[in-house]
Amino acid sequence: MTAHLPPPNPPPPHLPPPLGPADTAARPRKDHLLLAGMVAPGARVLDVGCGDGSLLALLRDRNGVDGRGIEIARDNVAACLAKGLSVIQGDADTDLADYPDDAFDYVVLSQTIQATRHPREVLEHMLRIGNRAIVSFPNFGHWRVRVDIGLRGRMPVNETMPYTWFDTPNIHFCTIRDFVGLCELVGARMEKAWALDGRGEPVRLPLPWWAWNLLGEQGVFLLSRT
Amino acid sequence: MTAAAPIPDSTLAREARSQADEPQSLVMRFSGDEPLMMDCGTALAPWQLAYQTYGTLDAQRSNAVLVCHALTGDQHAANVHPVTGKPGWWSSFVGPGRPIDTERFFVICANVIGGCMGSTGPASTNPATGAPWGLDFPLVTIRDMVRAQAMLVEKLGIDDLFCVVGGSMGGMQVLEWAALYPQRVFAAMPIAASARHSAQNIAFHEVGRQAVMADPDWRGGRYLEEGARPRKGLAVARMGAHVTYLSESALHRKFGRRLQERDAPTFSFDADFQIESYLRYQGITFVERFDANSYLYVTRAMDYFDVADAHGGKLADAFRGTRTRFCVMSFTSDWLFPTEESRAVVRALNAAGASVSFVEIESDKGHDAFLLDEPDMFAAAKGFVDGAAAARGIPG
Repeated sequence: MTAHLPPPNPPPPHLPPPLGPADTAARPRKDHLLLAGMVAPGARVLDVGCGDGSLLALLRDRNGVDGRGIEIARDNVAACLAKGLSVIQGDADTDLADYPDDAFDYVVLSQTIQATRHPREVLEHMLRIGNRAIVSFPNFGHWRVRVDIGLRGRMPVNETMPYTWFDTPNIHFCTIRDFVGLCELVGARMEKAWALDGRGEPVRLPLPWWAWNLLGEQGVFLLSRT
Repeated sequence: MTAAAPIPDSTLAREARSQADEPQSLVMRFSGDEPLMMDCGTALAPWQLAYQTYGTLDAQRSNAVLVCHALTGDQHAANVHPVTGKPGWWSSFVGPGRPIDTERFFVICANVIGGCMGSTGPASTNPATGAPWGLDFPLVTIRDMVRAQAMLVEKLGIDDLFCVVGGSMGGMQVLEWAALYPQRVFAAMPIAASARHSAQNIAFHEVGRQAVMADPDWRGGRYLEEGARPRKGLAVARMGAHVTYLSESALHRKFGRRLQERDAPTFSFDADFQIESYLRYQGITFVERFDANSYLYVTRAMDYFDVADAHGGKLADAFRGTRTRFCVMSFTSDWLFPTEESRAVVRALNAAGASVSFVEIESDKGHDAFLLDEPDMFAAAKGFVDGAAAARGIPG
């Protein structure tokens, strides 16, 4: 079996409008803008591991999304509530089982899958709860990671992976190619996929998958049930 | 053996007793043709609810918040208590600039039906006999409390509430409101509560009730007519219950094994330890302000509470199709209404597709934490209320 990526995509279709003067202070993250571009206006979205709620707030303010979140850290949940978001203090590994089938249009897992104990079960629940799943994660196959491990002989510590090995919450790192393998294993259809460079921009060159796996700092996938 | 002559009531107790029919607060009176239809089958009439309001109702009547009190609370949520002279029981949470901001919202808090601070209850005068109701008063449920509040809110000309909020038994009422009148609750905030009273909690309540009834001065429930008061029994009930409102670590931090105004144990059953002295004080002061029969009725109401009961045992069905926004909160050290109870509510709300937030507040103060100055709870509540107010178009 050969894992393969779908052909690289053009920039996402409905990117949100440019920033207004009011919200330039808290400029949305580039990967959040990319995710927001994938979500249809007015959709029902569950953000698993929603952090301080900045993606949910973006989706609400720009896409008119009815968003919900799950977040494990208490202070982050409080920050979400302060933004007026509906967020539950909970754990992706245990609490997704409580959600009924097809409850959401999209279930988002942004930079979180590597911190779950059971990535496969989490992904399966996401595809059960939502019509589509959006997953973004740091790519452990990026060339800088390979340099760190292969040449320096050290675990990588950088902006996308800021933790030392002994205090990291990230217990299940994978490469873009590894993730494609998981998608095939659980029967997820890859509708779209991007590799993002260090600036959070999609790698636009039409490259073969091994080049994405080398050049992408992050992988972003839009998945659906087959 | 002859029973000792009853101890005369203190001024404070007489004051508290006088609140039962003529409270020092607002009162809504319901006449004979406005009966309260109770779960036990009784149509109670006439009846009354004692309540307080804070803030101003806006022109659209859209900013009303109902605060529901816990077992031994009353309508005096945010004003100085007319009997004890102490600040309102939730004045840290309700008031100008507080999470429930009285400069922004019109806040209503009513004494529950079955209570003893001016809402009709066992200490009220039964119009049929001219004597206190006592045990002739019909058994009350949480749903009866909520029905009574709904009739009050309606009489105040308010179609739907912006928010219903409460802790402990107040949180039970919040959940019942959301299940019974989903169209009339925009936002709901049950704190340190559960959708059903647990076996352990029923057990503690039963111990308390038995303590009251074991006191000879309870007189089969007719103590008011006989000029007696089951002080000892009610005090013991309160002492036991009070322990359940705290946590082991809070007790240890506050009292440890420290002795009360003495250097060595007295080798007697005197209150040697500070914790004993504290509990005795809690018992004695409670007896002054609270009616023993009311304590029996309101604890019983909590025991009977199970929202899922009316929905074939499926809690999610109680909230199916709801458009209410929920914010559920629990406390890490609360073992009376532990986080797992709140999580069960959250799971059901999720299964029903409801908009729900949940946060477990870190605190070592036990169940009572919801009444105390808990900055994390205040921040979460304020965030939720502000977000809901924005969604409802209530100006900030």
